[in-house]
Amino acid sequence: MSIERLCRLFFIPFMIFVLAGAAKASDMALAEVLEGLKDDSFNKKKEVISQLETIDDPRVMKVFQQMLDGDLHFQEQEPQLLVFTAKTDDGLAVTAVVSGETLGVVNKRDLNKVKVNNSLRKDLRAAIAKLSLNNKDSKVRRDAVRNMLRDIDSESVVLLRDRQSIETEGLVLDVLAVGVAIYELGSDDASLRLAAVDILGDSLESAARNALLPLVEKNENGQYKLEDRELRSAAIKALARIDAKLKYNEWAETIYFGLSLGSVLLLAAIGLAITFGVMGVINMAHGELIMIGAYTTYVVQLLMPNSIEYSLFVAIPAAFVVAGLVGVAIERGVIQFLYGRPLETLLATFGISLILQQLVRTIFSPLNRSVETPEWMSGTFEVNSALALTYNRGYIIIFSLLVFIALLMVLKKTSLGLHVRAVSQNRQMARAMGVRTGWVDAMTFGLGSGIAGIAGVALSQLTNVGPNMGQAYIIDSFMVVVFGGVGNLWGTLVAAMSLGVINKVLEPWAGAVLAKILVLIFIILFIQKRPKGLFPQRGRAAE
Amino acid sequence: MFKKSVASFMVAAALGMTSTIVIAGDTIKVGVLHSLSGTMAISETTLKDTMLMLIEEQNKKGGVLGKKLEAVVVDPASNWPLFAEKTRELIEKEKVDVIFGCWTSVSRKSVLPVIEELNGLMFYPVQYEGEESSKNVFYTGAAPNQQAIPAVDYLMKEVGVERWVLAGTDYVYPRTTNKILEAYLKGKGVAEKDIMINYTPFGHSDWQSIVADIKKFGSEGKKTAVVSTINGDANVPFYKELGNQGVSAEDIPVVAFSVGEEELSGIDTGPLVGHLAAWNYFMSVEADANDAFINAWHKFIKDKKRVTNDPMEAHYIGFNMWVNAVEKAGTTDTDKVADAIIGVEVPNLTGGTSKMLPNHHITKPVLIGEIQDDGQFEVVWETKGLVPGDAWSDFLPGSKDIEADWVTLKCGNYNTKTKTCSGQNY
Repeated sequence: MSIERLCRLFFIPFMIFVLAGAAKASDMALAEVLEGLKDDSFNKKKEVISQLETIDDPRVMKVFQQMLDGDLHFQEQEPQLLVFTAKTDDGLAVTAVVSGETLGVVNKRDLNKVKVNNSLRKDLRAAIAKLSLNNKDSKVRRDAVRNMLRDIDSESVVLLRDRQSIETEGLVLDVLAVGVAIYELGSDDASLRLAAVDILGDSLESAARNALLPLVEKNENGQYKLEDRELRSAAIKALARIDAKLKYNEWAETIYFGLSLGSVLLLAAIGLAITFGVMGVINMAHGELIMIGAYTTYVVQLLMPNSIEYSLFVAIPAAFVVAGLVGVAIERGVIQFLYGRPLETLLATFGISLILQQLVRTIFSPLNRSVETPEWMSGTFEVNSALALTYNRGYIIIFSLLVFIALLMVLKKTSLGLHVRAVSQNRQMARAMGVRTGWVDAMTFGLGSGIAGIAGVALSQLTNVGPNMGQAYIIDSFMVVVFGGVGNLWGTLVAAMSLGVINKVLEPWAGAVLAKILVLIFIILFIQKRPKGLFPQRGRAAE
Repeated sequence: MFKKSVASFMVAAALGMTSTIVIAGDTIKVGVLHSLSGTMAISETTLKDTMLMLIEEQNKKGGVLGKKLEAVVVDPASNWPLFAEKTRELIEKEKVDVIFGCWTSVSRKSVLPVIEELNGLMFYPVQYEGEESSKNVFYTGAAPNQQAIPAVDYLMKEVGVERWVLAGTDYVYPRTTNKILEAYLKGKGVAEKDIMINYTPFGHSDWQSIVADIKKFGSEGKKTAVVSTINGDANVPFYKELGNQGVSAEDIPVVAFSVGEEELSGIDTGPLVGHLAAWNYFMSVEADANDAFINAWHKFIKDKKRVTNDPMEAHYIGFNMWVNAVEKAGTTDTDKVADAIIGVEVPNLTGGTSKMLPNHHITKPVLIGEIQDDGQFEVVWETKGLVPGDAWSDFLPGSKDIEADWVTLKCGNYNTKTKTCSGQNY
């Protein structure tokens, strides 16, 4: 008993000593390698990264990740410990890299950043990719493999093969196969090479296509460089297969781009379709109402800095109310005295638009304001390796359709909608029936303006929020409403979407400037032929 | 012809008289010609504030020639013809001795005939396309050889770029710069099919297809970079779209000539980390002069978050050069100051000294910076010494033989082959 106890007494401290010693040894080795990261030279750091890759230590991955994110620093004062940092309200929270000790919160000035440039970032990503091949998340694994595809050598192909033998996820297996096939294109075995070409021909990864291209390269005399005829014709067929698929993707992409541009046009124009289309007011300040909506989004985000994710849901009603109230004020203050005098309305609203712009410049400064994009709106939805659709555009397409339907409902199903239609069809008669036309005018204008405000919320996610943003949309908005047919909401929808798609189909072929000009010419010619637009109003209302 | 020269003589005589009147007064008037409203207000308002700050500081030091400086601020409202009118107003009505102003090339071109006619003095602080050297204008921003060419050299040599996208807004600065770059790249052996040129209208906001095109162009195996002369507002949606479509700086770096700290302060820079910009100054440069300038700026504008940028440095250099030259000449007379300023050296904000050259351009270091997540730039490369500004590009067939020299040749547009001096052509 006592001996055992004695042993324990001796043994435990001894064990601790040994373990600590072992830990110390690896710490020392790691610390020594990490020392090189304090160097200013990017080449030196490049060496350090490749050395670190060979060290099997969980801390290495974190060093890479933090370095990539710009969170790795070293202390300004001796002993110049290398530290991880995390942003807090008071400064940077610091943790020692090697010992894992927390060292409190310090000022940014007391730390030196481990600077990285693009070529280091590339190395870091590649190193992280190799380390995350066995990550639990299949998406991370897939990205890791795709990252490795850029540079396949005998070393990395071993890693890929290892993973291939235990991988279960189909999508990851596909990219793994591409990686191995790229390597096998250089093998001595002809059948292996042919099989590799076949695999690559099924993939839409750009790395696969790039690996095949050298096989069909020609020299200056127009002869193929590759002697092996069988392999060459297989490569030509594989490339043809890839290109055919890419062509479909391209079309799908163009249509998506077109619809998305169309949905922006729809959002911008739909408010105008009410004020101009239904009420007949040429409102040059429409763009500025969009701008007010965008600035409302900015203010809402300022007020709720900790919940940017939800800010848009607050901003939509807020923008509707703010822009709507401004609209009502414009209508009551100026436009109501100018009904039936389109030229004067045009000039007056143009003046209002300048006043609103300068007002925003005075209040918010002439500089653009930054509106943040919530996490759930950024990134892409990957259809396949070559086709990725951006989320924010997708949401805006859906959003614009929702706004359209809501507006349609308001006009068709509510009493306000009934009054609006009644007044726009026959003002005198509506008044005789007891409709307060003045009130209806104000409400209609407010509704159109509010919708413009909502458009501003959506546009703040795509473009600048600045005093001039409205001007970019005013001409397009009028174009859409006139093309679609004044006074017809469905016309606005069809016009916006078709103009969007036409623009995007023309753009790669004619360039952005010429595409715009061509669309404008097309509309002018179209209006010559059908002055009332796509869907003209019929019957007495048209008079 | 005779009438014209008589007229110009009269004007010169009148001007001589006015300058003596001003000297007799107790202030020296400094005209500030920057748009405070309209599209360009976003960039130019800051420069107006910079000038006011510099003038205030100089007055604290006792002014110039024992007289206080007085700023005369006018607003040309981003309206190009108005720039000419306001210049006339500044010189004829306000009788200013020097003007600091303009941003866009088109505004400068509109000022040129007036300032030459009235023999005024102007300092122009923005990087521009070159191909100009007026007797009455001093160019403190970068000429193409002080920004575009070194940036392309960096990408070619250090990054190994083989394919090039030249993307710009459709107006004179990008078109000329891209023409120079295209000639330069082809001279370096880059094939036609490896250069993609794209122009977009002012304020372009729908970048989807262009970014998709760039992505496709860059996915063909060769290292690709985008050289961007996209101007002003259009940059924000462009960078947003790049981030959205997942074009990272490691794959396809974008080097911009018109994006500085000020422009970045309007966007979330997270997705842009690693994209590049070429300037002669970055706010992040560690130098004592720079720290002092930033502190003074924050104190003057009363906002710690405001950034400094390259055109502000250009005004800082230009203003100090003018002060030096006036003290050297002992007068504010245009011709005497213009003679005295050649060869004047003043410290710039990056720790060196810049010198005014006989071609009315200055020497500057060229820095390449990578965008960081805090909206600042990290310098990754810089030229060994200072680069002298070249008014007429050596890479354009038309301007190869043209020299500008206001000391020996007394000409801003001298053809070394035909040995003739042509006037300006604006």
